[in-house]
Amino acid sequence: MNSLTKPRTWEKLFWPFVTAALLLALWHYSVLWTGTKVFPSPLSVKRGLVELIHKNVLWRDIGDSLRRVALGFGMAVIIGIPLGLTLGWYPAANQVVNPVLQILRPISPIAWIPVAIVFFGIGDLPAIFLVFLSAFFPIVVACVSGVSSVPSIFRRAGRNFGLSPLQLLARVVFPAALPQILIGLRIALGIAWLVVVAGEMIAVDSGLGYLVIDSRNSGKRYDLVVAAMLVIGVMGLALDIIFRRLEKIPSIRWGFRDAS
Amino acid sequence: MSLTEVVIASRPVEGKLRAEHLGMVFERDGTSMSVLEDITLDVADGEFICLVGPSGCGKSTLLNALAGFVAPTSGTVTVDGEVVAGPDPRRILVFQERGVFPWLTVEGNIGFGLSEMSRTERKKRIAHYVQMVRLQGFENSYPSDLSGGMKQRLQVARALAVNPDILYLDEPFGALDSITRVIMRGELLRIWQTERRTIFFVTHDIDEAVQLADRVVVLSSRPARVQDVLSIDIPHPRNISSPRYLQLRDDLLKQIGLAYTP
Amino acid sequence: MRLPVQLRPVLFIVVLLVFWQIAVSSHPGQLLPGPWGVVLGIADLIRHGLLLKYVVASLFRVTWGFALAAILAIPLGLTLGWYRRGEMAFYPLLQIFRPISPLAWIPIAILWFGVGDLAAIFLIFVGCFFPLLLTAMSAVHNIPTVYINAGRNFGLSTADFVSRVLYPAVGPQLIVGMRITLGIAWLVVVAAEMIAVNSGLGFLIIDARNAGNRYDLVVAGMVIIGTIGLLLDFGMRSLERVKSFRWGYSED
Repeated sequence: MNSLTKPRTWEKLFWPFVTAALLLALWHYSVLWTGTKVFPSPLSVKRGLVELIHKNVLWRDIGDSLRRVALGFGMAVIIGIPLGLTLGWYPAANQVVNPVLQILRPISPIAWIPVAIVFFGIGDLPAIFLVFLSAFFPIVVACVSGVSSVPSIFRRAGRNFGLSPLQLLARVVFPAALPQILIGLRIALGIAWLVVVAGEMIAVDSGLGYLVIDSRNSGKRYDLVVAAMLVIGVMGLALDIIFRRLEKIPSIRWGFRDAS
Repeated sequence: MSLTEVVIASRPVEGKLRAEHLGMVFERDGTSMSVLEDITLDVADGEFICLVGPSGCGKSTLLNALAGFVAPTSGTVTVDGEVVAGPDPRRILVFQERGVFPWLTVEGNIGFGLSEMSRTERKKRIAHYVQMVRLQGFENSYPSDLSGGMKQRLQVARALAVNPDILYLDEPFGALDSITRVIMRGELLRIWQTERRTIFFVTHDIDEAVQLADRVVVLSSRPARVQDVLSIDIPHPRNISSPRYLQLRDDLLKQIGLAYTP
Repeated sequence: MRLPVQLRPVLFIVVLLVFWQIAVSSHPGQLLPGPWGVVLGIADLIRHGLLLKYVVASLFRVTWGFALAAILAIPLGLTLGWYRRGEMAFYPLLQIFRPISPLAWIPIAILWFGVGDLAAIFLIFVGCFFPLLLTAMSAVHNIPTVYINAGRNFGLSTADFVSRVLYPAVGPQLIVGMRITLGIAWLVVVAAEMIAVNSGLGFLIIDARNAGNRYDLVVAGMVIIGTIGLLLDFGMRSLERVKSFRWGYSED
């Protein structure tokens, strides 16, 4: 089995490059052979991308989407982490509140749009609310799970040194739970990015999601559609990479050492 | 100094740690299980006490009760005459493994209990204990970079830094390989002889007990009672080939042999 | 309050419902319904035969989209996870495609499949494909080397190895990944129906609002969506408890 021979380092770049090149070629030639008038070829996508940058549309839309994610995600962090820590710390409270969270969680954030529009009107706010909703639940769950999986040995040691419950939470439980909380934050950010794009397709008229829908609606510009999709993918990846960097900080990295 | 003078000079003051008729009963699924029964102990200041007994007999439970992590169902624990009502920085427990905080450096761990101090004081104290447990050069390392033995030394340093009256150790070398264990025993003795504290050391290793302790408390199997208390009257450093050592070791083995109820 | 433990969350929910009802009743003329309004809305849907019809439509799309994604993504993911070079080849591409919301595929879905069931199924397929692929890849990585070595030691043929070592070893993690992805599928179907089709629970929500501001039906729809999503999740969890998978959790 060739999985046994260790891949050399140059292969790390070689294989993806070859695959990407092959797929691009496949894409390009399928467009040519099927003679489709609408579906874009790689070249037209590239041209579309340049066009978006020149018209200044791209940066503005990226900025809008990022802003909404920042605000919604930020609020989910500010409300969700203290709540999650409290619920994790007091299992009795968690037992009461958790069922409500479990019932609300499977409701697609998109399904909240009409309700959000009633409360917030059309514009930025419903989109931000949607991002908040979608990030809130994973964050709370990660906090609860992180706190409850802190080994009791740490809590005992903390109490042994005379820490009050609040100090215990801040100086022992929170740092111990931080790796898991960070994973939850990273996942929540990924979800937030998905949702903001979806929300922009319905409830607002700016941002990358809107760019996708609008490019189609006003002129069947599928080259712009695909260009926008690629930008969405790359931006989402960038956000994910940033968070993974955070996981490498020494006072957090310990939580990822053991390959579980 | 003659041998007798050494012996007299090291005779400690009575009554530092006292357990009186300590009992521990656990309830689980409606059935109650008596783990500790009528334990009475008297530990003097500066003494090195070892607690031995068969696996699962309740050594750790007793230790937790003495340290104040669980309340006994009957009897009392007093330290300097004061009843133990909970964990306290004057009595620090060193765990068998995973006791150090992985998100703090060596310095961070040792300084953990020192937040009330001034910065300069704290730095001095930390440096002192880094020296004492021989972790120089690793001040800014994280526990994940340390070996098992080094992590245990770190725990001891962290415990000593807050100047406790009593140090409880729960099989602290149990997770280490045998060579490291021997080294660590020597280290612990050296530290104990430098900064004299009361040490209460739980182990299932007979040799360890005879090598380290002033007195060895033998627990019976569950429900645990104090089966016997052996005095180890050999001065340090102890020769593990001397006849007296071997005799005490034999005595202890016999005790433990009796401790396993057939 | 000495309330039996199981009742406390129920009491909490009841309290919330009461607050909700009070909030609604004290603002007459506003659009959103209270809990009772929602109940009436659900009854309304049942009376018109719409409830069952929409639920079935949504479930139908989820089932097809999820099943297609699973059949394609899991074997592919297991293969990619096993062959290092395969994974290296596709990894950057996957990482770029993964953050693209399934909904962003809508224009392409409509282009290829028109407006209707197929488009919705395609969207769910896209939404499930990448998570399942990545789960399968990750599951293969997490197989303890000792199992692999044992399998090779006993001289198993490839087919035997796959069926007797690989699949059982990845089973627990796959099931958990499938449960999570099913949840994603359920979210996607609702969103897809709000945009691209003319039936289903998502469509109900959008349509109820557009055709007359029937917010009681909107919220009723949300409640039904939440309930079914919860049931799907429970169903998958009970699958996880099936004995032959339980070993995967013994490390807890």
